[in-house]
Amino acid sequence: MIGTKLTRDSFHVFQANARNALKQSEQVPSVLICAGTGCIAGGAMKIYDNIKAECEKRGLQVYVGLKHDTDEEKSLHVKMSGCHGFCEMGPLVHIEPMGIMYIHVKPEDCHEIIEKTVLGGEIIDRLVYHLDGVAYPRQEDIPFYKKQHRVVLENCGRSDAEDIEEYIAKGGYSGFEKALFEMNGEEICKTITDSGLRGRGGGGFPAGRKWEGARKQTSPKKYVVCNGDEGDPGAFMDRSIMEGNPHSVLEGMMIAGLAVGSDEGYIYVRAEYPLAVSRLKAAIAKAEAYGLLGDHIMGTDFSFRIHVNRGAGAFVCGEGSALTASIEGNRGMPRVKPPRTIEHGLWAEPTVLNNVETFANVPLIIRNGVDWYHSIGTRTSPGTKAFALTGNVVNTGLIEVPMGTTIREVVFDIGGGIRGGKKFKAVQIGGPSGGATTASKEHLDLPLDFDSLKSIGAMIGSGGLVVMDEDTCMVETARFFMEFTQKESCGKCVPCREGTKRMLEILDRIIANKGTMEDLELLEELANTISSTALCGLGQSACKPVQSTLKYFRNEYLAHVVDHHCPICNREKPHPIIDADKCKGCGKCRKNCPMEAISGSVKQPHTIDPEKCINCGACVGNCPFGAIEAAKEG
Amino acid sequence: MSNELTRANEIIDSYGCQQCNLIAIMQEIQAEYKYLSEEALTLVAEKLGISTAKVYSVATFYENFSLEAKGKHIIKVCAGTACHVRKSQPIYDAIHDYLGLTGKKKTSADGVFTLETVACLGACGLAPVMTIDGEVHAKMTPEAALALLEDIRKEESGK
Repeated sequence: MIGTKLTRDSFHVFQANARNALKQSEQVPSVLICAGTGCIAGGAMKIYDNIKAECEKRGLQVYVGLKHDTDEEKSLHVKMSGCHGFCEMGPLVHIEPMGIMYIHVKPEDCHEIIEKTVLGGEIIDRLVYHLDGVAYPRQEDIPFYKKQHRVVLENCGRSDAEDIEEYIAKGGYSGFEKALFEMNGEEICKTITDSGLRGRGGGGFPAGRKWEGARKQTSPKKYVVCNGDEGDPGAFMDRSIMEGNPHSVLEGMMIAGLAVGSDEGYIYVRAEYPLAVSRLKAAIAKAEAYGLLGDHIMGTDFSFRIHVNRGAGAFVCGEGSALTASIEGNRGMPRVKPPRTIEHGLWAEPTVLNNVETFANVPLIIRNGVDWYHSIGTRTSPGTKAFALTGNVVNTGLIEVPMGTTIREVVFDIGGGIRGGKKFKAVQIGGPSGGATTASKEHLDLPLDFDSLKSIGAMIGSGGLVVMDEDTCMVETARFFMEFTQKESCGKCVPCREGTKRMLEILDRIIANKGTMEDLELLEELANTISSTALCGLGQSACKPVQSTLKYFRNEYLAHVVDHHCPICNREKPHPIIDADKCKGCGKCRKNCPMEAISGSVKQPHTIDPEKCINCGACVGNCPFGAIEAAKEG
Repeated sequence: MSNELTRANEIIDSYGCQQCNLIAIMQEIQAEYKYLSEEALTLVAEKLGISTAKVYSVATFYENFSLEAKGKHIIKVCAGTACHVRKSQPIYDAIHDYLGLTGKKKTSADGVFTLETVACLGACGLAPVMTIDGEVHAKMTPEAALALLEDIRKEESGK
């Protein structure tokens, strides 16, 4: 079929065939290997190869795409899927139709997986997720997944990200087809406005209003730009969507192109996401081969092309006007607004700029309707939101929940609480542009949506949720984010360029216990000034972590400033101790210490310098006399 | 034009000498040569018909571009939030000491390693992570990181 440009009729035939093939494929056992960045780092490609090799050994026919003929009796469907989200437990292997999920799979487990589970129907207990003594062989029963509501990420982890046929079989491109043949630009904009879809990049601006604004521009050339410059440290939702379901992003952009009258789109992807770039490029090539992208799509007058641009490592390029400047080949610096991007965007033409997740929502809204969308989430923030749940939480990974889910549900039910039985302290929402919430009941029961978070000085941001335990000093956290924004400040406007630098100096002073009460006042004053005078969103929100920690964790600042002693930062670091009576002075520990933290002369008891020691434990395992006691967890 | 710039010349031509592709051109040149030399940047400016100052301004704006030659193996320790709270700094420090780096120096004296940080690799579930020549290593400890470098060093000296 490749090379055939689809018309509306042949699209329907193709879709019907694909659905049949999908049904047939579902009869055959499938092994899905998660091929997200996380699992690939854990060896997923080797697992994929081994599974295929194991099948070949047994004469099992391996299908990589959908299954079209039923002649083969013994066959197996092997696919690399998008991110399953449970990155902490990777590499993940999923076996259908049983719905079994195996965690921490190693290449050498493949033999057993094929032999016992796929052919024998037996569950391998050692590879099953366990929690509190209970085994959860089926993915849908695992508490991490149970509380989630996957809409945008539904196909990530279930589909072969590179298979356009499977995407179409699951309803893909039918939203675009509907928009192309049954709706005009105004109707599409109205549907998106009525759906209440708000920008997932952080601002929460109604997408429909943005589109309508761009639609009304009279310029003959307009652009659709997708912001995949997910720069917030601790966020990887957009990466997972681009890697796991690239066609949904393309389809969303194509619908936007129809809505506003644009024939060209750009996707700007962070340089750190090479896999996302290659999956997007592969998806574009497939869509072009079927005539879903290119000139005269499905035989109509609508033409649309999409380019992929790689970023080069500048956080500020996540800001709209800096991003378009970067696509043009310039320094990625924001400009004064207005005019807004919808009037004066890429190459000074009207431009619709939305985030990856926003575009991925669009096909679903067109396909399933406005009422369906409003049935999920809250009244003012309908739909779901993907979050990257990270930090000191038991289950880290990618999650998707309806808007309005509380922080408590996310941290404790999905996240499984805090690691190592420690106490929960805070969640930093929205990365360096967001604020911290506390362990108070009021904050824990706060619904995660655009408006509730604003009320406490935090923001949903792009969706990074970093959980902190009792061992995290919030002043240090604020300093960490300030160091990040200071480094990433583009230097165009004075408040951000100079102000963040001064704030970082003050925070450094406070961390070193050399700060004064005047420093706290100055911090607050600077934060207020920068947030109201900086040129772009990066500068305006740069002070949020400081402002929110000053508000909610003031006592930790006071510990540094008044007591000159922070119970967290200044606590004695745990380190191993050498028993002088047992030590024979052989020097083995000294030679093995990567930090050169151990000193002592031959045949004399050695000592460890706690300042240099990083508590790696190398010395403990290497002592032939058992003279070194491992550090006690402090 | 020296022979060394033949590849750079081809890269610029493949992008149709268009200014809007400046970043992509420099990315590809850097992938080829590991860094952007003065000669390469001058060639880019000439062929695109823009000033060298303009090329320099873009090259220095973005973190990923390097105007200095780098070591044979590039180590990047993630300094993103998730890695930070799971203690990535001691890993960086351990490597920094291991390579004997001081001040602003990022490349070891023998030219084998360059140590950098990266804002976030988006592999937060595996924190703390580092990459060596683009390959992601998950759940690192200072000890495990040094063992990896030790292996590479052995391989290099064996050659």
